[in-house]
Amino acid sequence: MELFLHQLLAGIATGGIYACMALAVVMIYQSIDHFNFAQGEMAMFSTYIAWQLLAWGFPYWIAFILTIVISFIGGVVIERGLFKPIRNAPVLSHIIVFIAMFSILNSLAGFTWEYTIKSFPSPFPAQPLFNNRLIGAHDLGMIAITLILLVLLYVLFRHTRLGLAMRAAAANPDSARLVGIRVGWMVALGWGLAAAIGAVAGMMIAPVVFLEPNMMLGILLYGLAGAVVGGLTSPVGAVLGGFAVGIVENLAGTFVPVVGKELKLTIALVLIVAVLMVKPSGLFGRAAVSRV
Amino acid sequence: MSANLSVRGLKAYYGLTRALHGLDLDLKEGGITALLGANGAGKTTVLRAICGMIRIEGEIRLDGRPIAGLSVEDVVRLRVAHVPEGRGTFVRLTVEENLFLGAMIRTDRAEIVQDIERVYSHFPRLKERRHQQAGTLSGGEQQMLAVGRALMLRPRIMLLDEPSFGLAPMLVAEVFEILKAVNKADRVSVLLVEQNASLALALADRAYLIETGRIVMSGTTAEIGADESIRRAYLGY
Repeated sequence: MELFLHQLLAGIATGGIYACMALAVVMIYQSIDHFNFAQGEMAMFSTYIAWQLLAWGFPYWIAFILTIVISFIGGVVIERGLFKPIRNAPVLSHIIVFIAMFSILNSLAGFTWEYTIKSFPSPFPAQPLFNNRLIGAHDLGMIAITLILLVLLYVLFRHTRLGLAMRAAAANPDSARLVGIRVGWMVALGWGLAAAIGAVAGMMIAPVVFLEPNMMLGILLYGLAGAVVGGLTSPVGAVLGGFAVGIVENLAGTFVPVVGKELKLTIALVLIVAVLMVKPSGLFGRAAVSRV
Repeated sequence: MSANLSVRGLKAYYGLTRALHGLDLDLKEGGITALLGANGAGKTTVLRAICGMIRIEGEIRLDGRPIAGLSVEDVVRLRVAHVPEGRGTFVRLTVEENLFLGAMIRTDRAEIVQDIERVYSHFPRLKERRHQQAGTLSGGEQQMLAVGRALMLRPRIMLLDEPSFGLAPMLVAEVFEILKAVNKADRVSVLLVEQNASLALALADRAYLIETGRIVMSGTTAEIGADESIRRAYLGY
């Protein structure tokens, strides 16, 4: 029982990271209808920026905030510079740019900071809080940070005019323009937010998986699984999907002997395939309807 | 006659195809002007051209200020509200969110809330359904919502694209009643595109007849309604 609870909580902790990645993917998907393959690499690059700031001697939480701000600006710049010009280009052009961004960010990180694995500090104490035996302090902190982030985003989207404008721009760009919303900037803002969310996910998971240019590959795959399970059209679904994937991954890895450590990543793919076969729009998504 | 929107030599293009071929039009301040014509004559295109949704040539002035070439978002900022074909409802958002969106360019928060109440007083049914997703409303209610959303802009000019489309006659009467009231109370100038000519002529004080991208006739609604041959040829009754 204790093992079960332990794995469940660990699953929730990593699930929160997958939820963040899933949310970042969904935010961009909703505004430009394409899946950003480079989301993980953007998060990885942000994490390197945090590492650099820490290496320069900034205190952890200052570096944390600075990294979020830099990532946000970076996301906006990427949209304005790379994706705004190809707004109406075919899908393949988008895919090529995503792939280019993926490999450029990956190589640039390797070139700048070398490919060797680095350790990344956790802001949380090494000893479990209150001497509990179920969950480590970093896992608990990860859950807390994820929840704070999700609440902030919820407030932004549900209770502010800016959030309303962003939702309107994603849902119906033509009508949004007719009420005076600058849709292009809303898309750029979405990219900025997605990049910032990814940065938080990267900084939280880096102490667990260690920092190296390919660290986010698996994480993004789990995040994508979460997004697909929950539905690419539903932010809430994507978050729940992310948590679900984290829990399933951990429990299956522990209790299903065949799976073990080696096959854990496969679970993400199995989930994606299974959901796409049974309910292509995801558990919370809505079916795509288009007029012809 | 003072015109607060004047259009001169308007040409509009969809890609390389020209849809309007040099068209003049004046919108009288505080009046209701109807734009009549058959399917495909270019009525909707005129509205789209005025608010910057398509490529145009020619001159469009709002109170003497040239607005041709401005982006849609900037035209809206000059308080030109466009209720598009198909109503442009944000179907996944609630009724109230839709109304708030109509006032997106305004910053006077307290008055926005007041204006929402005012829209509810015009359309009590919207108030009953304020927290419902707009997509769950009936066609008539969505049309009310579209008009309400346009009013939230505190517009000086309202461009209405077939507000009667898909509505039961009783609802049409109701919507037109409210349009008339708003037009009188706020001195909003209205440009009304309608296929239902008799309805439009009853509401408007001036009308333009458009055929394949050209104005073929203009005048007061009394003149146009009285002309037997025009009625036969263009209005179909």
